[in-house]
Amino acid sequence: MIAQLTTTERQIGLVLALIVTLLGAALGLAGRHDVLAYHGLLIAAFGAVVAIAILRQMDRPEPGEERLSEYYDDPIRVGIVLTMVWAIFGMFVGVWVSALLAWPELTFDAAWASFGRLRPAHTTGVIFGFGGNALITTSLHVVQRTSRARLPDQVSPWFVLLGYNLFCLLAVSGYFLGITQSKEYAEPEWYADIWLVIVWVAYFLLYIRTLARRKEPHIYVANWYYMAFILVVAMLHIVNNLALPVSLGSAKAYSVFAGVQDAMTQWWYGHNAVAFFLTAGFLGMMYYYLPKRAERPIYSYRLSIISFWGITFIYMWAGSHHLHYTALPQWVQTLGMTFSVVLLVPSWASAGNALLTLNGAWHKVRDDATLRFMMVAAVFYGLSTFEGSFLAIRAVNSLSHYTDWTVGHVHAGALGWVAMITFGALYTLAPAMWKRDRIYSATLVEVHFWCAVIGTLIYVFAMWNSGIVQGLMWRTYNDSGTLTYSFIESLVAMHPYYIARTVGGLFFFVGAAVGAYNIYMTIRHEPLPASARLGAARSFVPGE
Amino acid sequence: MAVGERDPITGIHTTGHEWDGIKELDNRVPRAVIFFLVVTTLFSVVYWILMPAWPLGSTYTRGLLGLDQRQVVEESVREANAQRATWTQEIAQLDFDEISARPELMQIVAEAGKTLFGDNCAACHGLDAAGSPGFPSLADGTWLWGGDPQTVAETLRVGINSTHPETRFAQMPAFGRDGILDAAAISAIVSYIRSNAEGIADLGPQDAEGIEEGRRLFADNCAACHGAEGRGDQAVGAPDLMDDAWLVGSDRQTLVRTVWNGRQGHMPHWEGRLGETERKMLTLYVTEILAGRENRQQ
Repeated sequence: MIAQLTTTERQIGLVLALIVTLLGAALGLAGRHDVLAYHGLLIAAFGAVVAIAILRQMDRPEPGEERLSEYYDDPIRVGIVLTMVWAIFGMFVGVWVSALLAWPELTFDAAWASFGRLRPAHTTGVIFGFGGNALITTSLHVVQRTSRARLPDQVSPWFVLLGYNLFCLLAVSGYFLGITQSKEYAEPEWYADIWLVIVWVAYFLLYIRTLARRKEPHIYVANWYYMAFILVVAMLHIVNNLALPVSLGSAKAYSVFAGVQDAMTQWWYGHNAVAFFLTAGFLGMMYYYLPKRAERPIYSYRLSIISFWGITFIYMWAGSHHLHYTALPQWVQTLGMTFSVVLLVPSWASAGNALLTLNGAWHKVRDDATLRFMMVAAVFYGLSTFEGSFLAIRAVNSLSHYTDWTVGHVHAGALGWVAMITFGALYTLAPAMWKRDRIYSATLVEVHFWCAVIGTLIYVFAMWNSGIVQGLMWRTYNDSGTLTYSFIESLVAMHPYYIARTVGGLFFFVGAAVGAYNIYMTIRHEPLPASARLGAARSFVPGE
Repeated sequence: MAVGERDPITGIHTTGHEWDGIKELDNRVPRAVIFFLVVTTLFSVVYWILMPAWPLGSTYTRGLLGLDQRQVVEESVREANAQRATWTQEIAQLDFDEISARPELMQIVAEAGKTLFGDNCAACHGLDAAGSPGFPSLADGTWLWGGDPQTVAETLRVGINSTHPETRFAQMPAFGRDGILDAAAISAIVSYIRSNAEGIADLGPQDAEGIEEGRRLFADNCAACHGAEGRGDQAVGAPDLMDDAWLVGSDRQTLVRTVWNGRQGHMPHWEGRLGETERKMLTLYVTEILAGRENRQQ
């Protein structure tokens, strides 16, 4: 891979790696009396490993000019592997932390394995590790294919991919060390946040530079969504993480916002992370891999436009529905609730556009588990967006808020939609990237599919039941006007559901492990003769 | 805009664009989408007119219904208090004996007491009040400080070894660690206690050693708090060592550790956290409903 870089690119890469090493060392030195020292060391080690890897290949011959007539797919191949590694890590921690709720002794009396540290390790592992890597990887694939343009250079995709994974490592290792700024889905501290801003700006520039080089007159829908994802996530991340570090030698920083403003900023961020990270990005993925796999045209271009602008405009208003019945002024809650209700329409329009695209290809859905992954994903997308709008209504929220119903809702989206569309995309992408005519085992895809569906259904039904039981127990009164149940009794009532949830999560995790094995075997399998390569006939001629 | 070819399956025109083999059909936006966009938007507009909705600089549109969540919650709290006042006033005014003589009030104590106990006491004493090592059972009929309602109410009010200025205070010295007694003396005391206490089932040969020496050491070192007969003293919170209720454990090893390191329990005070009526109900729940439950069941 490094041999594919030109000498100049290797030099730039080396300089960047050394800068990271030096920054890490400086941070470690400044924070030598703080937990920050570990992170300085981690950053320096990360930079040094990359620098050494480049140095070892410095003298290799330069790649030929013929590389410019092909797409640049090396980072995509690495991205696929990283996506699956994070999937295994994040989902394993998920099963563990869910078992911890049913069997509290599984924390083993270790601070790093306590619920408060494992839980963000799970959410960051799956959302940013698995989801983020999947988005970066597929976006680099989709933008090249739908623009008929090679990535503009060979350094920035590596900077984005490796830099992003350094951020994820800092985040997760930080939780185990007890470093957190306690903002949900924005736990990493100031130095990791600044690093992500740099990486994200590089990602944005890489993406628009590729789009600017496109040889297609129009920009395909998938790219609208990926662009929305990149642009808005940058905005959300920067604003929500505005904070002042205690000192440059301390891992701790304090948010510039306070009180209810801080809560509102956090949930403006939190809900739009759902909107633009977990929805827009993955809709981009769906708009490419689903029609590609089904070999059917998108049902309606006009519907794509309506739903894209509906989603991007309306989601921005919806965050305050996370703060119903709190100190947040009621008018803000009203706006959050009403926009959430309207939001259902463009969301269902997107899901409908995806499902109607399958018209004429339903026999493929029946036979091909990869396409079925994407079909089920679209169905779960529809289900969880309906549920989201429903839960955003104040009266419903008064029952569901703070209960496991929220957890069930999130997982209907995360397991049913985000993970399933990703697996569908990866099973389409991986064979193409390693020039195989098919995935290693279609049977194992089938196994993964059913594990994923069964796991998701068990999980979601367990949490629906648990959440509603919990919500009702908390609001049941005796005739005398006193509460019927103590909180601890509602916890006891949750126990069977927590066990069921762990079983569901285990199914899902086993499916993902089967998927990782299948992709690994696809990579190892010997390439087929060039004539049989998928897409060989479709390679483009530059300057065409 | 239908400039492209026809899709052979649906017969619909494409838009004429193609990206890496992906085309788009020129289908109209389904009427249902437009319809529901209009319906949900209308719903929103009506809701905005009725409820607090849009900011206007330093104020906001109040809504025609004039509902405000702060007023709504204050109103419902007032109503709930008024509904409960029928019995809370009686509980506040009557003394413990008068309340326990009133079945309809005791019914409320049973219901509300269970929830109060679950939310405030069960974390240490257990949902069934059976306690666990270090946390006394409230259901076995034995008491460290006394089990009559007035005493229990006082314990609830000030706590034990708590931060309350009038807290109950009790500490067992660390006889071994602080060098008051050596290991052999402690072993002898434990033998004396174990061979005389009720219901010790795991007596071994070691328990027969040094009983007489233990009796003498007990009188010199322990009797001041636990009494000459070891029956405890509720005035200072010293447990009865001769009954079969044990705070931490009655096995030889635990008792040696107790005498060696001493013990000091902790119970938070509830004055300031729970109101007087609530503490009164909790007291009656503990003394009238929980206490003696284990013995009754046996």
